[in-house]
Amino acid sequence: MPANFAFPTEAEYIRFLPETILILMGTLIMVLEGFAGDGHRKGTHKVALFGLFLAMAAACYAGSNPGPAFSDFLLVDGFGTFFRMLVLTVGILAVLCSPSYLSRERADSGEYYALILYSLVGQCILATANELIMVFIGLEISSIATYVLAGYLRDDKRNNESAIKYFLLGSFATAFLLYGVAWIYGLTGSTNLAVIRQYLQTSATADPALVGLAAGLMFVGFAFKVSAAPFQAWTPDVYQGAPAPVTAFMSAGPKAAAFAVFIRVYITAFDGIAETWLPVVWVSALATMVIGNFAALTQTNIKRVLAYSSIAHAGYVLVAVAAHSQIGTAAAMFYLASYVFMNIGAFALISHLSRQGERYVQVNDLAGLSQRQPVTAALFAIFLLSLIGVPLTGGFFGKFYIFKAALDSQLYWLTVLGLLNSAVAAYYYLRIIVVMYFHEPGHATESLEEPAAGIRVASLVAALAVVVLGVAPSLLLNVASRSSAIGR
Amino acid sequence: MDFLLLSLIKTGLVAFVFLTALAYLQWIERKVIAHVQVRVGPNRVGPHGLLQPLTDTIKLLTKEDLIPAHVNKFFYLLAPVIGVAMALISISVIPFGPKITVPFTSIETYLGLTDLNIGVLVPLACSGIGVYAVALAGWSSNNKYALLGGLRASAQMVSYELPLAVAIAAPLLMHNSLSMREIVESQNVVKWGFLYNWSIFSYFGIPFVAFIIFLICAFAETNRIPFDLPEAENELVAGFHTEYSSMKFAAFFMAEYANMTTICCLAVILFLGGWLPPTPGLDWVPGAVFFASGVLMLYHGTVNLARARDRISLPLFGVIFCGIGVLHWIPVLMPITTPLFWFLSKTLFLLFLYIWVRATLPRFRYDQLMHFAWGWMFPVSIGTLFATGLLVAVWK
Amino acid sequence: MDPILFAIFAGIAVVCGIVMVTQRHPIASALSLIGVMGSLAVLYLLLGAEFIAAAQVIVYAGAIMVLFLFVIMLLNAGAEPKPLRSSYLAGFLGVPMVLALMGLLGYLVKRSFPLDVTVRFGDFTGGSAKAVGDALFRKYLLPFEVTSVLVLIAILGAVVLARKEMD
Repeated sequence: MPANFAFPTEAEYIRFLPETILILMGTLIMVLEGFAGDGHRKGTHKVALFGLFLAMAAACYAGSNPGPAFSDFLLVDGFGTFFRMLVLTVGILAVLCSPSYLSRERADSGEYYALILYSLVGQCILATANELIMVFIGLEISSIATYVLAGYLRDDKRNNESAIKYFLLGSFATAFLLYGVAWIYGLTGSTNLAVIRQYLQTSATADPALVGLAAGLMFVGFAFKVSAAPFQAWTPDVYQGAPAPVTAFMSAGPKAAAFAVFIRVYITAFDGIAETWLPVVWVSALATMVIGNFAALTQTNIKRVLAYSSIAHAGYVLVAVAAHSQIGTAAAMFYLASYVFMNIGAFALISHLSRQGERYVQVNDLAGLSQRQPVTAALFAIFLLSLIGVPLTGGFFGKFYIFKAALDSQLYWLTVLGLLNSAVAAYYYLRIIVVMYFHEPGHATESLEEPAAGIRVASLVAALAVVVLGVAPSLLLNVASRSSAIGR
Repeated sequence: MDFLLLSLIKTGLVAFVFLTALAYLQWIERKVIAHVQVRVGPNRVGPHGLLQPLTDTIKLLTKEDLIPAHVNKFFYLLAPVIGVAMALISISVIPFGPKITVPFTSIETYLGLTDLNIGVLVPLACSGIGVYAVALAGWSSNNKYALLGGLRASAQMVSYELPLAVAIAAPLLMHNSLSMREIVESQNVVKWGFLYNWSIFSYFGIPFVAFIIFLICAFAETNRIPFDLPEAENELVAGFHTEYSSMKFAAFFMAEYANMTTICCLAVILFLGGWLPPTPGLDWVPGAVFFASGVLMLYHGTVNLARARDRISLPLFGVIFCGIGVLHWIPVLMPITTPLFWFLSKTLFLLFLYIWVRATLPRFRYDQLMHFAWGWMFPVSIGTLFATGLLVAVWK
Repeated sequence: MDPILFAIFAGIAVVCGIVMVTQRHPIASALSLIGVMGSLAVLYLLLGAEFIAAAQVIVYAGAIMVLFLFVIMLLNAGAEPKPLRSSYLAGFLGVPMVLALMGLLGYLVKRSFPLDVTVRFGDFTGGSAKAVGDALFRKYLLPFEVTSVLVLIAILGAVVLARKEMD
């Protein structure tokens, strides 16, 4: 027995409590599913919601006593707690808009919610991971659950396409990440972020070129998960094919968690070799913004438009990462928070608007929505305006802080190009709004029924959050600035 | 003595004895089944058919070595090689007895070829690779019966490997080692003054449940009745080895018996105390058993002769057995012969069980077989492991 | 002795790896992969990680690859036809680029690891089942337990995607 071994303390168990709750609740759902008869399967989403709120409370409680847990494998700090709360919120919103969709597609079953909870386990681990091993395991848990969710409606061809594309490319990307981890371990002798950081700063034996190569390999894996260029190609197909609530979930939760771990790994561990990876992030940020925004211009399918827009938004966050400063980190956190709300809100509404079998997902299918369902149209417009970055929405301040951080770090060209991109982006978002408000109602909007309660709640909450972030950004920005001090 | 030379001698000895034993195991099987079914069994070649294995070997060796035209030649030839090699490798980690001094010299060595600190895992690994022999044989034969047999075999062996491995974990937990020698040494404790602490005697008999699971899975792993679906002759002709003849068929045959023997040895070591007797003070028993049977044969061969053809063979064997009995009583040899006697008699008993079951039980249906593995064996073995772990944690 | 064995089995692993990619028949590829895993197990053994070696054979070669083979046989997949038009770019650019990458990696590794820091066979003794268990259940407790969630998800996903019909 190693002499320095100590049993995990109570505080350490509490720091792992949110994940524990999610695991237990996911398992409970599966057990309930097994015992419930055919007619009683409707209630599992309530169990999932209960579990998510419980996990949120636990995450708060765990965050009140920050520190490492389980031989430094986890590090519960403000940054981790921030992202834990964020992904759990995503989970709640996604679960809220799922039941009506699933019963419409006649696929009501508990496994769906169990998979969402398990996926969130992975994302919570990613948010607090302090070891490359945990990064890998968390990423895999989060991804594999999402692959399955993307193909959840097994008899639907687009679901199958989405799942298989996501799975094959995702596994490939994860392999790159793992290869990078192996290189890092071989070069530095550790997988602990703090130890790697210290090694890279103090030791002269580590060749920056080799470490940079390893960091580059890991960048491939992370860039895929956050759909940054040049690894963004999967995003439109996968987002389009997956069930709309799942798209809502996976365009927000896994992305936020992947950004969290991306920022943590690069700012903490690879800080000492920043000059090798910053140019890469710079180029990738620019490419991501350009590809996302310009490709979105020609799309006619709303899901694809939003998919390309989510690529572009990943680019904005990368600008914040490229700023490589504490303000940049805080800006990225703020941006991700507002992005999560506007994106998930938009997809929640799409899951309502698309109807059974997702027949109505063209931009033109929204024609005249404002006359049939003014509230729905208004909410959708809020999300789109926020995605553009119009003042008084969360998106505006998100972009504002990011470009401010970039200017502070003397990234003038990137800032200018990013702003130009935002202007381009306005075109395709406004096009949707124009169709909704100024076109005559078409065949698609005629037959639209009222949105289900869950979707109503989810979109209202999201819209409220977007507006609050736009009116009083300091509420969240203060939290983000306080918890953005990682690795220092 | 040189380590290499000693190992070479031991390997040669074990290989010779093992291969001969395999041939005779088949004779025993035929004889036992015959007697269960009130037949006589092989009795033409040699006294009591004792030379039957020899003639079988000659027959198989001299038969035409046929390779059907439609097979995938490389894999077709590779399969029996994998099968027999994996079956024979496992025996190398089985210890047959304690450390001994070779009589009239000062050479100290272990009875057994080698001892690894992952010893228990080696037979598992070998049986895992052995699956490929069956699967490849079935596939490369390009014959639907063979393919079905191969598929059945691989699914069955993978399924039963799981409870088998979990059942093995129980004694590993108790003895806190993966080395077979250490496992036996750790059972070398007398408890309550009269009983050696065999695994199955400890912890309220929970390891006994593990032992039963192990035995059942061992039957399935070696594709023996009642789990011989892969070669069920009334549905699949001969299953995966339908297209094999002569020596290649013999290789599969030999692999099956070698696997059987190895797995019985494993059971003896893990659960039945290896070379330890049931209670202390039984050192006179081995000699007595042989001597008594020798005397019995002499009696039936001379005084109470029932059949005229036994008048030479029975007295001859009587004399041989008496001789072996006496050998067991020679003090110099006793440290070698006594452990070997206990080890081999336990192994032979388990092998007898195999044959006994084959003569008695009918075959499963395939879905029953799979359900039995996943629905019964696996949960029960997990429960056993859990209970054992709990008891070990409480008591150690 | 050890370096010779290392060279032999490392060579087998590389050759099997290449064969695995170049073979057109899925069964041949699967078997080559088993060859790679078997030789990796030997390399582990040489480095003193005997438990990992055994686990490698039992789990990868013995269990996972059997299922691969099983599926290939069930689908009765035959040899792939030779592609009509192979990519010239891959042929002309691929090989030199792979060689360049290898050379670059070799040079970088050689530059950053001085020659006196070598791996000696027999230096490492923490490969027994006990040592592995100690590491897994003490230091690496959390990753070990969390991996079970990973496996659970994989099972759950397989069940979800393979069930007969939606209800």
